[in-house]
Amino acid sequence: MAASDHIVGRGPNAGARVFSGLMPRAEAVAIPLGALLAGFLAFSLFLLFLGKSPAEFYGLVWKAGFSSAFSWQNTLSRVAPLIMAALCVALPARLGLVVIGGEGAIVLGGLAAGVTGTHVAGPLGMVLMALSAMVLGGLWIGAIGALRIKRGVNETISSLLMAYIAIALFNHFVEGPFRDPGSLNKPSTAPLDAALRVGEMPFIAAHWGVAAGVIACVLCWILIDRTTLGFAARIAGDNIRAAQVQGLPVGPLVIGFTALGGAWAGLAGFFEVAAVHGSANASLIAGYGYTGILIAFLARHNPLAILPVAVLMAGFEASSGLIQRRMDLPDATILVFEGMVFIIILLSEALYGRLRIFSPGYWESR
Amino acid sequence: MSNLTRPNRRRFLGTASAALGAAATGSLWQPGAARAATPLTVGFIYVGPKDDFGYNQSHAEGAAAVKSMEGVTVLEEENVPESQDVQNTMLSMINFDGASLLFPTSFGYFNPHILELAPKNPEVRFEHCGGLWSEGNPTNAGSYFGYIGMGQYLNGIAAGHATKSKKIGFVAAKPIPQVLNNINSFLLGARAVDPGITCQVIFTGEWSLAVKEAEATNALADQGCDVITCHVDGPKVVCETAVSRGAFVCGYHADQSPLAGDKYLTGAEWNWAAVYTDMVRKTIAGEAIPNFVRGGLADGFIKMSPLGPANSDAARKQFEAVKAEIMAGGFAAIKGPLKDNKGNVIAADGQAFVETDVALESMGYLVEGVLGSTS
Repeated sequence: MAASDHIVGRGPNAGARVFSGLMPRAEAVAIPLGALLAGFLAFSLFLLFLGKSPAEFYGLVWKAGFSSAFSWQNTLSRVAPLIMAALCVALPARLGLVVIGGEGAIVLGGLAAGVTGTHVAGPLGMVLMALSAMVLGGLWIGAIGALRIKRGVNETISSLLMAYIAIALFNHFVEGPFRDPGSLNKPSTAPLDAALRVGEMPFIAAHWGVAAGVIACVLCWILIDRTTLGFAARIAGDNIRAAQVQGLPVGPLVIGFTALGGAWAGLAGFFEVAAVHGSANASLIAGYGYTGILIAFLARHNPLAILPVAVLMAGFEASSGLIQRRMDLPDATILVFEGMVFIIILLSEALYGRLRIFSPGYWESR
Repeated sequence: MSNLTRPNRRRFLGTASAALGAAATGSLWQPGAARAATPLTVGFIYVGPKDDFGYNQSHAEGAAAVKSMEGVTVLEEENVPESQDVQNTMLSMINFDGASLLFPTSFGYFNPHILELAPKNPEVRFEHCGGLWSEGNPTNAGSYFGYIGMGQYLNGIAAGHATKSKKIGFVAAKPIPQVLNNINSFLLGARAVDPGITCQVIFTGEWSLAVKEAEATNALADQGCDVITCHVDGPKVVCETAVSRGAFVCGYHADQSPLAGDKYLTGAEWNWAAVYTDMVRKTIAGEAIPNFVRGGLADGFIKMSPLGPANSDAARKQFEAVKAEIMAGGFAAIKGPLKDNKGNVIAADGQAFVETDVALESMGYLVEGVLGSTS
């Protein structure tokens, strides 16, 4: 009582109190946004160095990604696999694991969906396809978590290497045992029945994977922020030893979270097969798993933040073509752009807790 | 160059439409009429980099030829994956740039992507490379391809004369019919020179995987192959590695003589410039393009790189003689008696599969003399 009187008494105005409560929360928004802006600025310098106009660049990004109904269609139609791939990074990251091999779970999920799809029918068949994709993706990334816990294998290295194995296995099965004999020059699994294809959502010209991605993010946010399981996972992520001393089930948590992340990535593979390609083939290996890493880090592994960041990233990628055509820049331009933003975001991690304006004490002392 | 031509074209159109406007009623100034007066916009989409010395470059050379045509604006986009991305790229070219003729050049762009978009964009013409169009597909889509196996047969003739070890090598992407036809044709061409020649094949499993292509080329050189060719998207790595190992090179897709120098014997090249300029000319003239177009050496769909300095006189003579025979039509590389490399009969004595035979398009074998396996 006396202490709070003391603080209020020293503050020159009531606003300071509001700031002292608000600013620590604002930190989580202001630093990533600031880093994003710094990334835009750094890339502008890069463009000026090349003799190109940054204004034209950002204008085209806006035009191609966000300016019209068609732009939004272009952006949203790419977003579903990105959201799910990002969850495959974000969930293990909450336990302190850096898993970068989501691509493997996506292609294996696609394979499982494609193969299951040739044996089932009807709406239940579609559910089975999705489940098989989630199970295989979950097993694949869950195994990485298990290797980490049981054998101390570095999950970053093992997930990356296992992604290569997954792609090799995928190619083997698509070109060998599960090849549709009719797919002569592009080995694929048998084409899916029309009843097993996922359609487009009403109002937005994007398939139902987008809705599934939004639901997945909300579920994961509830899991992490609103359940005791999520609380235990966050404790283990902050300090694994302390969590073990407290008797938290660190092993099952790690395996469970990695498996869940893998299951979402597997579901991305299912939607790619059932909504876009209509069969599993090498076109599935499109690098979504790697863009997902960038999105998860930008979102600071917060499932809800993944949604806007994934839309932003999809918009950037949607503009890649227009930038090639209008500015005569190579297609790698957008990758350089994303890379610069990514590095600055990583650097900005060092700022948390260091900027005095975000500490309650700074405002209280005014 | 384009900076000079573009304003000129615009000025020309401006003058032309002003003249029309003066002569006709105001309705010509409606947006619809203005659109009709704009030049044809053509979009080219590549799956890899357009300077890959290979498949994509061959198409980009075709696009360059179209660019020099009057009244045509050319759009290009490279490194577009065979995913949702290519649908978005096509739509972006249609919606943002007003493209009405598209050349999505990669095999995997057709199904499902072109099949998905063509019915929704009936005013746009989709021309796909790969020969997949069939009855029942959208009529505003079409498909074209070339009989390039004959080019590999001619490569084989040059290789057959150049090899001393009697072993030639082939770096292949995937064991699919188009690739197998090239491997078999290459060996059979070489065997037309010397029936004792064998061809070692190594599959990399991917269309573009530089590290494996280099490893495969080195492995072939280690085994004594002294002429090497390939069927991968970008032959650059194979060419440079083969030359560094002292082997001769036969090119594929595009002209690789700048990479291989004196070691370049010849190459089987696509001649998309001829095909594309013809299709664009037809479009401007309002003529229909057939939905299913194929051609070989005689039709100008493929061409051979100029013979390199390493070819002997005997090689040149036989090369030119066989080329003339192919140009005359009805030539068959696969003809009996012929067995595959597992001993099964492929063609009985007197049986022949000419280049246009559809049976060749489901080829699943490697002929006798090819060392390697499809699985």
